Amino acid sequence: MRRNHKALHLISRLYMVAVLVFLYAPILVMMVLSFNEGKSRGNFTGFSLKWYGELFQNAEIMQALSNTLIIAVISSLVATVVGTFAAYGISQMNRRSQGLVMNISYLPVINPDIVTGVSLMLLFIFMRMNLGFATMLISHIVFNIPYVILSVMPRIKQMDRHLLEAAMDLGLPPLRAFLKVVLPDIMPGVISGMIMAFTLSIDDFVISFFTTSGVQNLSIYIYSSARRGIEPTVYAIMTLMFVTVVSLLLLINRKSLGRTVAKRTRI
Amino acid sequence: MSNQDALIEIRDVCKLFTDDGDEKQAVDHISLTIRRHEFVTLLGPSGCGKTTTLRMIAGFETPTSGAIYIDGKDVSAVPPYKRKVNTVFQRYALFPHLNVADNIAFGLTVKKLPKDVIAQKVDAMLRMVGLQGYNKRKVTSLSGGEQQRVAIARALVNEPEVLLLDEPLGALDLKKRKEMQIELKNMQQKLGITFVYVTHDQEEALTMSDTVVVMRGGTIQQVGTPQDIYNEPRNRFVADFIGESNIIDGIMPEDERVVIGDVSLDCVDKGFAPNEPVDVVIRPEDIYIVTQSDKGQFKGTVESVVFKGVHYEMQVRDTAGFLWLIQDTSMFAEGMEVGLIVRPEDIHIMRKSDDPNAAVYREEEAL
Ligand SMILES: Nc1ncnc2c1ncn2[C@@H]1O[C@H](COP(=O)(O)OP(=O)(O)OP(=O)(O)O)[C@@H](O)[C@H]1O
Ligand SMILES: [Mg+2]
Repeated sequence: MRRNHKALHLISRLYMVAVLVFLYAPILVMMVLSFNEGKSRGNFTGFSLKWYGELFQNAEIMQALSNTLIIAVISSLVATVVGTFAAYGISQMNRRSQGLVMNISYLPVINPDIVTGVSLMLLFIFMRMNLGFATMLISHIVFNIPYVILSVMPRIKQMDRHLLEAAMDLGLPPLRAFLKVVLPDIMPGVISGMIMAFTLSIDDFVISFFTTSGVQNLSIYIYSSARRGIEPTVYAIMTLMFVTVVSLLLLINRKSLGRTVAKRTRI
Repeated sequence: MSNQDALIEIRDVCKLFTDDGDEKQAVDHISLTIRRHEFVTLLGPSGCGKTTTLRMIAGFETPTSGAIYIDGKDVSAVPPYKRKVNTVFQRYALFPHLNVADNIAFGLTVKKLPKDVIAQKVDAMLRMVGLQGYNKRKVTSLSGGEQQRVAIARALVNEPEVLLLDEPLGALDLKKRKEMQIELKNMQQKLGITFVYVTHDQEEALTMSDTVVVMRGGTIQQVGTPQDIYNEPRNRFVADFIGESNIIDGIMPEDERVVIGDVSLDCVDKGFAPNEPVDVVIRPEDIYIVTQSDKGQFKGTVESVVFKGVHYEMQVRDTAGFLWLIQDTSMFAEGMEVGLIVRPEDIHIMRKSDDPNAAVYREEEAL
């Protein structure tokens, strides 16, 4: 019986390792190749930071990188403000409307990116807007808002419903009351929502691709350069992107982990 | 109505909630005058509209019709943050990211008082509610009773004209509750603040208040001093809700005489129509038991005896089949034949027509 148990344990361990290898081996290969001296995809001829150096000299890449970062910063900030107020507003609705509105805001999350991308593009064209930086920025704000709402909502749900009223009772008008007592209480949700929005914005290719033309972000640059033939500089950008996104995700997890630990110690 | 002393006047106020197409009349045509320095308690079963009434006074809900006057001015258009009213919320609503001192100082900080004045007032308040030295404690680390005191201090420190308290002692155990009842009453008298207090505990209402307002289904059933409410309940519902009562059908053949079944009794009430059907209320502690059953006005058999600490509580079934609830310091054993005696001044007669909800209780009793 006991032995059986051990064997099972071992098998499940091996299974885990296999899954992780399949998931991370490709990325690992790419990362290693980004430090390769030569251009070859087949063999590692020596360690070098050559491609990273080239990366920072390439004006087109630098332009794309700056677009990506500017859009990620602005869209995550705007989406955080809009999404936080929206979440609070939704939480104050009666139960049935609340369910309805939550489902509607959830839709873009489950909607395939390509559908969101194409429909946004059609909307912009229909409204006679020129596709470019602005339309890409608007699209990023739009697809980020639901994620902020979804991340803030649970915090609001566990907050005392009467906090805002208590602050108003003590003399603060509604907006100041919100900033003074509600916001500090839901801050962890707001921050992880913002980080998530930032990551998603950096990450996005499909929606960006359809809602801009001429103006490139990193993912569009990589896509178009891949068609020309992939340079190891691309491995270098992707390695950097991967590291950024993973660290941000770790930050979110640390935050929510920290929260549960804090809660446990409080009890 | 326009009394010089009147601080809050509620005039014919209704509150109708429309939620997903369902309509709920939470408050139904209530009028009430609250005098300066008065301790008024809204008392009633769950869902009778106490919190809604309080929230309309605070400004968190707007009346559907009618108006509320504070200091003679219609406050319909005055938002909560401009009313001279502070609230102690049912579940305290303390600010979790602030410590005890900052919670209490909140209202004063909003008013931009100098820091040293605030610190002084906060300390004085902490002393008053018995929490000196708690300044830097996190509010989430406090016990229910301590949070409760912080909530009271946070409201009182602003020296409001009116303090609204929504079941503030609900989370406390019986002993702590009694202590806090006395403390709150003392504070109210010392500071001369008008209290509007909500509870569904009749004993709490009777011990603390100057005036008790008994509510039911969004309406006011009776307004009066605790003695009035207890001794002269205006209808069956009030009698039943305020302490335990024996409520029996009777007929008034003439003034100062009531007939229950085939027993005719002297009483002190008058002004009823000849042979008017009435509700007769007799408190359990006002019935005397005698061992010689022939000496009693009613004859009956003891059906159960329960020891309640101060007294025994007995149920006696009389010959007509009515089950009397009786409290007495001596015990009468189960199965004993006894007589029951009631003094005329302990018999309370209520007009059935005084009771707007008579039909409703009949239905409830039938269930
Ligand atoms: N925002 C609201 N929307 C819809 N119905 C409401 C709302 N607030 C209160 N009600 C309803 O109005 C009625 C009165 O509610 P209220 O909270 O005033 O009762 P209460 O006397 O304070 O009861 P409790 O002792 O349980 O606190 C209840 O039936 C309640 O369901
Ligand atoms: Mg209530």
